[in-house]
Amino acid sequence: MTTAFSLRAAAPATAPCAGVRSTSAARVVPVSAAPAGRGRMVARAAVAAKADAPSSAVAGKSDGHEVLLFEALREALIEEMKLDPTVCVFGEDVGHYGGSYKVTKGLADMFGDLRVLDTPIAENSFTGMGVGAGMKGLRPVVEGMNMGFLLLAYNQISNNCGMLHYTSGGQFKIPVVIRGPGGVGRQLGAEHSQRLESYFQSIPGLQMVACSTPYNAKGLMKAAIRSENPVVLFEHVLLYNLKEKIPDEEYVLCLEEAEMVRPGVHVTILTYSRMRYHVMQAAKTLVNKGYDPEVIDIRSLKPFDLHTIGNSIKKTHRVLIVEECMRTGGIGASLRSAIIDNFWDYLDAPIMCLSSQDVPTPYAATLEDATVVQPAQIVAAVEQICQ
Amino acid sequence: MAAAALLRRIPAARAPPTVFVAARSISDSTAALTIETSVPFTSHLVDPPSRDVTTTPAELVTFFRDMSLMRRMEIAADSLYKAKLIRGFCHLYDGQEAVAVGMEAAITRSDSIITAYRDHCIYLARGGDLVSAFSELMGREAGCSRGKGGSMHFYKKDANFYGGHGIVGAQVPLGCGLAFAQKYKKEDTATFALYGDGAANQGQLFEALNISALWKLPAILVCENNHYGMGTAEWRAAKSPAYYKRGDYVPGLKVDGMDVLAVKQACKFAKDHAVANGPIVLEMDTYRYHGHSMSDPGSTYRTRDEISGVRQERDPIERVRKLLLTRDLATAAELKDMEKEIRKQVDDAIAKAKESSMPDTSELFTNVYKKGFGVESFGPDRKELRASLP
Repeated sequence: MTTAFSLRAAAPATAPCAGVRSTSAARVVPVSAAPAGRGRMVARAAVAAKADAPSSAVAGKSDGHEVLLFEALREALIEEMKLDPTVCVFGEDVGHYGGSYKVTKGLADMFGDLRVLDTPIAENSFTGMGVGAGMKGLRPVVEGMNMGFLLLAYNQISNNCGMLHYTSGGQFKIPVVIRGPGGVGRQLGAEHSQRLESYFQSIPGLQMVACSTPYNAKGLMKAAIRSENPVVLFEHVLLYNLKEKIPDEEYVLCLEEAEMVRPGVHVTILTYSRMRYHVMQAAKTLVNKGYDPEVIDIRSLKPFDLHTIGNSIKKTHRVLIVEECMRTGGIGASLRSAIIDNFWDYLDAPIMCLSSQDVPTPYAATLEDATVVQPAQIVAAVEQICQ
Repeated sequence: MAAAALLRRIPAARAPPTVFVAARSISDSTAALTIETSVPFTSHLVDPPSRDVTTTPAELVTFFRDMSLMRRMEIAADSLYKAKLIRGFCHLYDGQEAVAVGMEAAITRSDSIITAYRDHCIYLARGGDLVSAFSELMGREAGCSRGKGGSMHFYKKDANFYGGHGIVGAQVPLGCGLAFAQKYKKEDTATFALYGDGAANQGQLFEALNISALWKLPAILVCENNHYGMGTAEWRAAKSPAYYKRGDYVPGLKVDGMDVLAVKQACKFAKDHAVANGPIVLEMDTYRYHGHSMSDPGSTYRTRDEISGVRQERDPIERVRKLLLTRDLATAAELKDMEKEIRKQVDDAIAKAKESSMPDTSELFTNVYKKGFGVESFGPDRKELRASLP
């Protein structure tokens, strides 16, 4: 099945989860405690986001309910923990304290101390323990209070979490979810404003997703928990209080799929996490200026959804990547490279990539704002590309 | 005739008349035997188990056989490495066999074992076979990890053997995670997390021990103290080389790791303790004849006299041989025959392993992710280089 290197789009002809949209939800829960057959019923009833609909699709007969993003994450956790008794949560202050961002609030009362575990401040070991528990059949959700702290667990995430399935010749699976807030916040200082996507992206065997709305947060969290692969779910410190109406009925999203935020024709803007909002803000200005940008929230940082991205590039022929990662070795750098490899012939202009500056995030508010990409820069970039 | 009888065993005249002296088979009796360990156990925060170990002649013979097999396998691996059939890193366990064999005798396959990179013999102890071991060492597809792991990544899931890890100390938190899962699932089993005297100085060990003690996990941390962490002697690396005490608030036991019966006793004791009370630390005082790995001659940081001294005084296989001979459970000739047979077994396994082919190129991309990853497995650039997942 190996093909020679080809600059023509070698992206798959079908969308990543087309036809198998419910696959991620179709895992049969082999637990007697689960309501009989509910696992299978859920799979058929699962509603995945349609690629072309607006992101906050509240499809379905019921009205939906409004939640904040952290509540959406919590709903997902509760639903999955109810469905599958092997799901457990490890983290600092997740239990009795309720989680430093309230994602696990109330879970310890609902599920007990053996399933919602307050760990000491020992990321290296409790991440390792999560991996070990995963090897033995549990499905831990490991929370880093801030993504940056997981650097202490890098060895466990890279060597054990990512590689054990391969080095054991397929014997062990590590269905852990590693999640936590990262990104530049409000003057949190350099060590608490890190973006680890770039550090983890080369680890083979890991999947990475970034949520950005309550709707996709819940869907991605559920998909991540159900996935047999280790998934790193990147949340953002500033997005926890976003409010949105999400469906009442259960839904699971596809981990490898990107989200069409705003269809357009002039330029493809690829973004994820918090920068999606800066892009949408810039989009308002751009629309007033007569541009019609297509905005895609890539969501899946590893692997990239080159199908959705490719289709967009074939339409617009111009690409702007807007990310919060550092310029050097960031997600944008890899994405740019992937686009060049696959869609070179469709490009009418060089790919532009707006990233954060290669500096430790300063404390001063003005400097911090200058570190990340602002809407004005996005507008200017689009104008430049579309000349 | 009398001389011959003397050579074979002393009470030749008292042998049962139905047994022909020349064809007497090795004892397979399961009558209980009590043997004293070489030295008493030293303990920390707990009452040590008794020095008297119950065993049977059959078990002792099994110990001899298993340890000899392991010894032969490691020596064969040495030759294969020098013949460049095994590449990369190869860490040999010869000298330490008693730990693997004694531990296995004390526990069941439902208990879990996890260790670092000196894992070939533990793989065998857990039921792994020679052919898949040698195949894996030579990177063939018949290997236990399909040729993709190598010497440091032997695993056997159905026997609850969790590997096989290259990074020093990282397996200990994994082991505590296994113990957590055992407690979560209410299994009444324990996890033995093995590490070396070098790894004993890793912070993550203490982190994991703290959590295990807090949550009362059935975790047994076993320090295989062969007195050298790679090329550095223990007294130069650890301020306190009393590894069994370094659990601080966690009880510990120091064991003569060259005495398979002591190991068996200690592991049994530890398992009972861990399942009831939470973590315990075992320090196995053992020794490796080879260097840290095949790239280390093993003689720059210790003297040849020391190595041969240990071999003469404390070799685990010789100890069991002496037990068998002095208690009349086997003759020297029988044991020699057994060793010959083992040698042949190992040679046959190597020959068989050599016949196995290298993994197919498509295997490069299998098992990166578990099935269920979209439709096909693609790298981050989604190019169609990958094979479809099975």
